[in-house]
Amino acid sequence: MLKLVVCIKQVPMVSELPWDPKTGNLQRDLAEGMMNPACRSALDAALRIKEAVGGEITAITMGPPMAEEVLREAIALGADRGVLLTDRKMAGADTSVTSHVLARAIEKNCPGFDLVLCGLATSDSETAQVGPQLAEELDIPGVTYVDELEIRDRTVRMQRIADYFLETLEMDLPGLVTVMAGRHAPRYVPLGGLQAAFAEADIVSLDAAAIGIDPERIGAKGSATKILNVFSPTEGKENIVLTGAPKRIVEQLFERFDDRIGSALGRDLKTDKRSS
Amino acid sequence: MTAKRRQIWVFGDYRNYFQNRVTLQLLSRATDLARKIDAEVCAVVFGDKVDEWVGEYIAHGAEKIYRTDHPRLAAYGVETYTLLMERLVKREKPEIVLVGATAFGREFAPRLAKRLVTGLTADCIGLDINGEGLLVQMAPSFGGNLVAEIVTPERRPQMATVRPGTFQEIPHDYARTGEVVDVPMPRDLPADRVRLVQSERCPQRDQKLEDAKVVVCGGRGLGSKKKFAKLFELAELLGGEVGATRPAVYADWADHNALVGQAGKQIRPQILFCFGISGAIQFTAACNGAKFVIAVNKNPNAAMMKRADVAIVADASQFCAALIQEFKKRFRS
Repeated sequence: MLKLVVCIKQVPMVSELPWDPKTGNLQRDLAEGMMNPACRSALDAALRIKEAVGGEITAITMGPPMAEEVLREAIALGADRGVLLTDRKMAGADTSVTSHVLARAIEKNCPGFDLVLCGLATSDSETAQVGPQLAEELDIPGVTYVDELEIRDRTVRMQRIADYFLETLEMDLPGLVTVMAGRHAPRYVPLGGLQAAFAEADIVSLDAAAIGIDPERIGAKGSATKILNVFSPTEGKENIVLTGAPKRIVEQLFERFDDRIGSALGRDLKTDKRSS
Repeated sequence: MTAKRRQIWVFGDYRNYFQNRVTLQLLSRATDLARKIDAEVCAVVFGDKVDEWVGEYIAHGAEKIYRTDHPRLAAYGVETYTLLMERLVKREKPEIVLVGATAFGREFAPRLAKRLVTGLTADCIGLDINGEGLLVQMAPSFGGNLVAEIVTPERRPQMATVRPGTFQEIPHDYARTGEVVDVPMPRDLPADRVRLVQSERCPQRDQKLEDAKVVVCGGRGLGSKKKFAKLFELAELLGGEVGATRPAVYADWADHNALVGQAGKQIRPQILFCFGISGAIQFTAACNGAKFVIAVNKNPNAAMMKRADVAIVADASQFCAALIQEFKKRFRS
């Protein structure tokens, strides 16, 4: 039976993100969590493989304890078990460290896995780096941007569009794919799904020690990249507000900004009156 | 013997026109960065019969080219390219490696960074050198509504993938000369574990909106198709393109090709006019690169108004008409 591993991240629900009306900044702590859309596509791809040829699906996530919600959701939809990697020491990890932790957890909890499925990218950080780096960590081949896939005789055949090329690719198992967001039909929780997810869910929770990873190599401490500063790109913009009758505003606009508008348009906008 | 000069590398991604343009943009930026840390700008080109690219990259600022030219490299293969690059980086030890955030670059660079045990920042929208001589990598998150400044303090090389269109390419100068270093194809190269069965070029979308210096965008606040149509007049007058938000496209005021947003096109004009646009994240995420933003909306509290350089509280359609009049007057004089 095929052993499938789906990596899932819980992300803030973007459409309902609370913004600070003054600064335009995101109030991340107020946001509700949801399953990252591309991870949902990866889960859907795994479920379709399971429906077509059979298989056992392990859903795995790294995050705060509340990330368990996305594992229960995955189980309700048809995953067989969940693995939650949660430890304050893991917080602040860059993609390289995240992939290191995921790889060790997969090796420990899913020995003999056949296919790892990840979303192409997450909606909160959008790096698209964890998938390829996880393939490196596990020393398996990987293909990103996958649209369609099918498995026959331990070979995955995939289609993707990348850099304006429509490609058909083949990869022997074990391997890893990252799946594009939006490539799935809506799925409903089947009868019994809720019971599977809540009454008898097979979910294990592991911390760094349980996975057996070096605490020096994880979290912000183990990351090669450091964040110096986070800002809103609109910070520092003057945000000049003009009000009044349209004609009057147009006059004000050109009085104050004819240089900026003119240079953007590549034309001299000064009227004869002003340039003389 | 003098110490070897530090190097900034640009990965030569050339498979299609747009990928190649990112490479040229990176060479341009690398040239600026190189001045700040007294480094040499180098490009790395792998492929089969790559002379055309070698010449073009020198003409666009590369002082040195590392080239592996071999029939086996005719098709892009992420495993082979990663291995070649890993060995080359370990041998030459560049300070910085820049890769275009194309589909290939975003698959190749993470694997390379992992093997080199160094950091990598994804899809940067800005690069600079700070006071300590470190590469500051500006990365968008939450659809560009936040930007993080990231450095790789200790590990080398410092690596980033960079979003296409972030930098301006410098004009070519085919009188420039550069050194070409031939890197032989290794004999112990393992077979790629991913096989390319078939590859065909997709028809390329036109990029007018993405490349436009002037974009006039309209949203639901305009109220009707007739009022939206005024934007075409303004855009034509200014030599720009018209973009639309999702509600405007759904209302059939504009063609789907004009959709600016997460599901549509990313724009980065010098000047962006937003008429009757509320500023949902799906829209703003796609136009954070706009240099100068003028937003017009009756509602002064619309998110778009807070994000604009100039927020104009007015009826979008009336203001558009007044603006067209004024531009016509000024263009005549």
